[in-house]
Amino acid sequence: MGRILPSSVNSIKRYFYIFRSLFISQYALMIEYRAEIVLWALSGILPLIMLTIWKEADISKEFGFNHKWLSSYFISAFIVRQFTAVWVMVIFEKDNIEGKLSPYLLQPINPFWRYYISHIAEQFIRIPFVFIMLLLLFVLEPSFFWSPSLIRIILAIIAIFSAFTLRFLIHWFFSMLCFWTDRASSIERLLMIPYLFLSGLVAPLEAFPPVIRFVALSTPFPYILSFPSKILSGQDVNIINGYLVMFIWMLIFLLLGRVAWKFGLRKYSGMGA
Amino acid sequence: MNLRFLSIIGVFWSKSILAEIEYRVNLIVEIFSVIGNLSGSILILSLFYSNGNNLGGWTWNASLTVLGVYTLLEGFTTCILQPNLSRIVSHIQQGTLDFILLKPFNSQLWVSFRIFSPWGLPSVVSGIILISIGIHSSNEVLSFNSFLICFLMLISSILILYSLWFVIASTSIWFVRVWNANEVLRSTLVAGRYPLSAYPDSLRRFFTFIIPIGFLTTVPAQAAMNSVSIGVILASCAFALLLLWISNRFWLFALRFYTSASS
Repeated sequence: MGRILPSSVNSIKRYFYIFRSLFISQYALMIEYRAEIVLWALSGILPLIMLTIWKEADISKEFGFNHKWLSSYFISAFIVRQFTAVWVMVIFEKDNIEGKLSPYLLQPINPFWRYYISHIAEQFIRIPFVFIMLLLLFVLEPSFFWSPSLIRIILAIIAIFSAFTLRFLIHWFFSMLCFWTDRASSIERLLMIPYLFLSGLVAPLEAFPPVIRFVALSTPFPYILSFPSKILSGQDVNIINGYLVMFIWMLIFLLLGRVAWKFGLRKYSGMGA
Repeated sequence: MNLRFLSIIGVFWSKSILAEIEYRVNLIVEIFSVIGNLSGSILILSLFYSNGNNLGGWTWNASLTVLGVYTLLEGFTTCILQPNLSRIVSHIQQGTLDFILLKPFNSQLWVSFRIFSPWGLPSVVSGIILISIGIHSSNEVLSFNSFLICFLMLISSILILYSLWFVIASTSIWFVRVWNANEVLRSTLVAGRYPLSAYPDSLRRFFTFIIPIGFLTTVPAQAAMNSVSIGVILASCAFALLLLWISNRFWLFALRFYTSASS
C-alpha cells in the first residue's frame, strides 16, 4: 500500500501487489458494514424454508427424495447462495449516475476489478456468520448433519467460487445497460426470476418435468446453484461436464461484458462530476 | 378528521403517482416481473400437486388462493410499505423528521402513507385475479357474508403486515442501518406462499405467533374457501388490532429517543 512500484518490476508481481492492496482496502471498507452483512446472510434463508416444505410433502417420496437427500441438498444450496451473492448492478448504477465512476476510470486498472474484489472481500466477512448459522441449525436439528469427503469439499469450494464468478460476469454484462438507461437496476429484478426458479433454489431440478428441466439446464442458472450444491451434498453429478459448461458460460459472458464495456464507455457522460 | 385525513392522503398520492409516471419503462419491467414470478410460483406449486398428491391437505384451488393473497400483499408492500418506510432511515439520518413532527398531522400516518408507488399495482391486480380463479374453480359459492369475512381477513392481514414492517422500520431511530432488517422480514414472509399446514408442527407454531404468516395468507384464503371458524376470525382481528396498537405505542416510545441530527 502506498508504495510506487517501478515499472521494471515484472508484471505478475505487479498484479499481485495491485490485487493485494485492492483486497485489503475493500476488506476494510466492507468490515464497516458487518451489521448489514449479518442481515444479508439472514435473508438468504429461502432454501431452508423450502427444505421444510419438501420434507413434509408427499410428492418427495415419488421422486425418491429421502430426508437425508433433501436436507443435504437444500443446506448446500443455502451455503452456495451465501457465497454467490452479487449486487454489482445496484452499486454500478449508483456510481454511474453520481459520476463516481470518473475517478475509477483514471486509474490504470479496469473498474471491473474493484467491484469484483469488493464482492470477494464481503464473502470473507460472511464466513464466520455462515458457520454460526450452520452450527445453530445442526444443534437444533442434528439429523441434518452430513460430512462430505475432503475431495468433495475442495471441489465444491472451487465450484462455488466459479459459480460466483459466472454470476458476477452475468450481472456485470447487464450492468453495462446503465450506460444507456437510468434505471438499469430494475433489470436485476428480472434477472432474479430465472435465478429463483431455474437454478434449483426452490426445488431440486429432478422434480421438474423433463421439458422444463431441459430449458433450465440450457441456461447458466443451474450451474450457479444446483451444480455446486450437488457436489457439496455428495450427490451423483457429472463433475467434469459441469465444470466445462460453467467455463463455457463464463467465457461467453466475459466476452459479452468486454464488448458492452467498450461500447458503453463511449456513452458515459460523467453525470454529477 | 377522517375526511381531512383522506383528502390529504389523496393529494399526497396523486402527486407521487405523477412523479413516478416519469419512469414509464418501469411499468413494463413490473408487468414482466409479475408474470415471471407468478408463472414460476405456479410451476413450483404444481410440482407438489403432480400425480394426485397435495400440499398439507389443501386442494389445488385453495393453494392457488393462498398464492393470490401472497401476491396481493406483495403488491401492497411495493405500493406503500417499501417506498414509505424505507425513507424513515434518511429522515432520521438527516434530521428531516423534525419537519414531519412539526406538522399538524399524525406523524405515524405521515411517515407510513406519504407516498404511493403505482408499480405494485400489477401485483395487486394479479393477486385479486388469482384469488378469484381459486374461488371460482373450487365451485365455492361465495355468499355475501363470506365475502365480507374474506374481505375483513384481508384487511386484518394487511394491518398485521403493516405493523410488523413499521415496528422494524421505526427501530432505525436507534440503529440507523436497520433497513436491511426489513429485507430479512420480507425474505421470511416468502414462506407465506404456501399454506401453513405444509410446514412441520414446530414451524407452524413459529409462523402463527412469532412471524404470523398463518394470519397473513392462510387465514384469508381459508375465508375465501368458506372454511374458517369464528374463533380464527376473532383471533385474526384481535391480533391485527393488538399489533396496530403496539406499533403506535412503539413509535411514540421510539420518538423519545430521537435526537434530531444535524439541526
